Amino acid sequence: MSERKSFEERRAHLADKTDEELFQYFWELTDRIVAPMLQEGRENTTPAVERSILLRMGFSSLEAGPIVNGVMERGLMGKGAGNVVWRLSKKLDLPYREVGVGLANGKYWEEVDGLFEEVAQ
Amino acid sequence: MSTNKKDPRARETNIKLDINKKIDLREILDGLENYHSPRRPWHWRDNRNVERKIGDFVYLETSDSLKNSVPLPGSRGFGYIDPQPDCVITTEIASGRFEDDIRRMRMCAWQGADHIMVIRTAGQSHIDSLLEGTTQGIGGIAVTRKQCRATRRALDLIEDEVGRPINFHSYVSGVAGPDIAVMFVEEGVSGVHQDPQYNVLYRNINMRRSFIDACESKKILAYGGMLQIDGAHNANATAMEAWKVMPELMVQHAINTAFSVKCGILPENIALSSVPPTAPPAPCMRLDLPYAVALRDFFRNYKIRAQQNTKYMESETREASVTHTLNMMISRLTSADIQSTITPDEGRNVPWHYFNANAVNTARQALNGMDGLRTMVKIDRDGPLGDTVRELKERAILFMEEILEVGGYYDAVEQGFFVDSGEYPERNNDGIARELDGGIGVGAIYKRDPDYFAPVSAHYGYNNVPAEFDCPSDAIGGDTFADPTKIQFIDELDENDNVNVRLDELSKYDEHPNLIRPEVEFRSDGVIVLTLLLPTDERRAEFAAIALGEKLGLKDCTVIHKQVMHPAEGTYIEMKGIVDFDIDLDTLVIPEKIETLSEKEIREDIHEHPMTVVAATVGEDEHSVGLKEILDIKHGGIEGFGIKYHYLGTSVPVEKLVDAAIETNADAILQSTIISHNDIHYENMKKLHDTCVEKGIRDKIILACGGTQVANEEAVKTGVDVGFGRGSHGIDVASFLVKKRREMRE
Repeated sequence: MSERKSFEERRAHLADKTDEELFQYFWELTDRIVAPMLQEGRENTTPAVERSILLRMGFSSLEAGPIVNGVMERGLMGKGAGNVVWRLSKKLDLPYREVGVGLANGKYWEEVDGLFEEVAQ
Repeated sequence: MSTNKKDPRARETNIKLDINKKIDLREILDGLENYHSPRRPWHWRDNRNVERKIGDFVYLETSDSLKNSVPLPGSRGFGYIDPQPDCVITTEIASGRFEDDIRRMRMCAWQGADHIMVIRTAGQSHIDSLLEGTTQGIGGIAVTRKQCRATRRALDLIEDEVGRPINFHSYVSGVAGPDIAVMFVEEGVSGVHQDPQYNVLYRNINMRRSFIDACESKKILAYGGMLQIDGAHNANATAMEAWKVMPELMVQHAINTAFSVKCGILPENIALSSVPPTAPPAPCMRLDLPYAVALRDFFRNYKIRAQQNTKYMESETREASVTHTLNMMISRLTSADIQSTITPDEGRNVPWHYFNANAVNTARQALNGMDGLRTMVKIDRDGPLGDTVRELKERAILFMEEILEVGGYYDAVEQGFFVDSGEYPERNNDGIARELDGGIGVGAIYKRDPDYFAPVSAHYGYNNVPAEFDCPSDAIGGDTFADPTKIQFIDELDENDNVNVRLDELSKYDEHPNLIRPEVEFRSDGVIVLTLLLPTDERRAEFAAIALGEKLGLKDCTVIHKQVMHPAEGTYIEMKGIVDFDIDLDTLVIPEKIETLSEKEIREDIHEHPMTVVAATVGEDEHSVGLKEILDIKHGGIEGFGIKYHYLGTSVPVEKLVDAAIETNADAILQSTIISHNDIHYENMKKLHDTCVEKGIRDKIILACGGTQVANEEAVKTGVDVGFGRGSHGIDVASFLVKKRREMRE
């Protein structure tokens, strides 16, 4: 750690850049730094992301939490919690809000098992 | 659903604020479950930076004036003008009870704040859900749907009262960021802090979780048209030697900015939270200005939220205000789109009502005072400033190169790159390091399958939307963003800790509005402050002050600021204490406010019966400004009504004034005294009366005396006809003279 190069040693390759070139380079480096995190965000989801989807679907925070927990327990986060509710409502032919409230109260979970295999076939 | 249904986001029509009445919080809470504020994208002030004539002056950096406001005290000399600066002005409110926050917001809006930030109570970042209800917080409130909706509803009314839209702001951080972002769009919040680096560095939330959540949050903020502020300023507040972290600050700003743009937030809705890193007695302008310039160079496509330095804030409010003013000089010499304020009492306690107002006024005053400064003073890049700007930029770039060299952002955080107090590339190895597989929320990350689907709008990333839908939320017939009636409103979860209970506890003040008790934070909390100079050393002064407060009957006396004037001669103390009684307004004997005659009536009377007065400041007193304002036509003085005056000057002997009155056959004598030691001002009034009696003119002449320490009741006791105190104007004097002359004629 004590061997760190000084500012003067490090900056040699920047010395001849114009201010505008520095500006461009600064943002180019920034884009490279953030790219992997953006990619992770595109490909993954989290309990908070899924809860936020359920909120937008019209569930309360008290309903969204248990639904997402149930989805996690059944290993279905990769499908999306909102997707689980939506598909189940189609399967049961019930309004999706009724289905979601049911899930939040421990109902219908047995119907969830196999939901994605069936549809995927 | 019927098609001609009332728009659920229609503007409030049932409640009207009355300027002369306190806001009725029960009315705000009533029917809240069905209230939906109109959509709330961020609002910049209107018609900024057009040349504008206000009063006698031309302004270059202002915006539209307010319909209702309280002008700065100094405006008295300028016809009570209240120029509104070009930039949005922030105030941060954090009492812990949202119902008291609302009342403070109304006061602050009248002082010129249009960006109202509510601070979250400690610990909310780590709650893996939205909070509900209206529980009381510490150093801030629990940010909940009910709190947001009630506050927004009140602000909708308050903004109509002042005549300018108000931005309501809070925080999208912690492990429930996307949840909160959704709720904010639904409830009309228009500005937020959002920066995943903040979660990582200061809240120890897992890095991957933080950035994945941030993608979704930012996408939602973009949908809402909200303004986003980042969290880089925290590095400044946390680093051991804040002036060395400038290169890192630029790196943090850049990471959040680029990340946000890629998530869909428009550049004009991205603001950097920028703080001048140092404060006096450091030579802060020379250190902070190059940094401000470098930042604005690199971030020229984005907005600047100029925050005030708090790192070096102690308990003295005066010192904090000076630092704030210097910070605003940087804002005016460079640029600021939002001028934020920190209350000057933040170094001693949770902000109080009037310190919020003071901070907003410091901003208003400084920004007015430096209006258009850049037309005369320019940044000189050819000297040391230019060199430093260049060096800061290069150091920031080198910092980013090293992030990439070690494998990227996560690796850099693991190696403690951030909040290290060494000036990059030096390192002091005191940075904040976090593990990729550690922190709160670790492991709760799930890969989206090919058939992953989220049936809502504003969703970030992969979404396998079935082909039959144009947009994903069509699958559910529209989400809450399209139809707010789908939002589920949760009222209260705690039957003891909620706003209704708190309002009931204080209902005596609603039922008996004649009862009042002082307050600084909560309604009628009873807190008052005593300002003392005790002629002893610091330690003994503190305890003597507490003894004094107790003897006065104050409860819970606490010294909130002490400052040595001299080790032995004296110590300055500010001490708070609580009074446990109310004042009954109905029992007060308040002298009737004297109504003045109309300007027209005064003019007509003077035209018919010309009037002459003699005027002077008497005794050993060189003050002249007050009396001249009463006399001169330019300041709305009595001359403007046609009254002729002979002004004899300052330090005039009383006898000479009386002689001049006799010589000119004056109708009245106007005597001014500012100096009031040993009641010399009243002594001189008595002398004026006695001299007029001696010289036999007392029954023919009006004696009017004025000064900042003059009370009418006391003045009249000396034998003169009237006393005019602070805040008196020419029309008050002219009106009195006309009325008195009519009386004397009868």
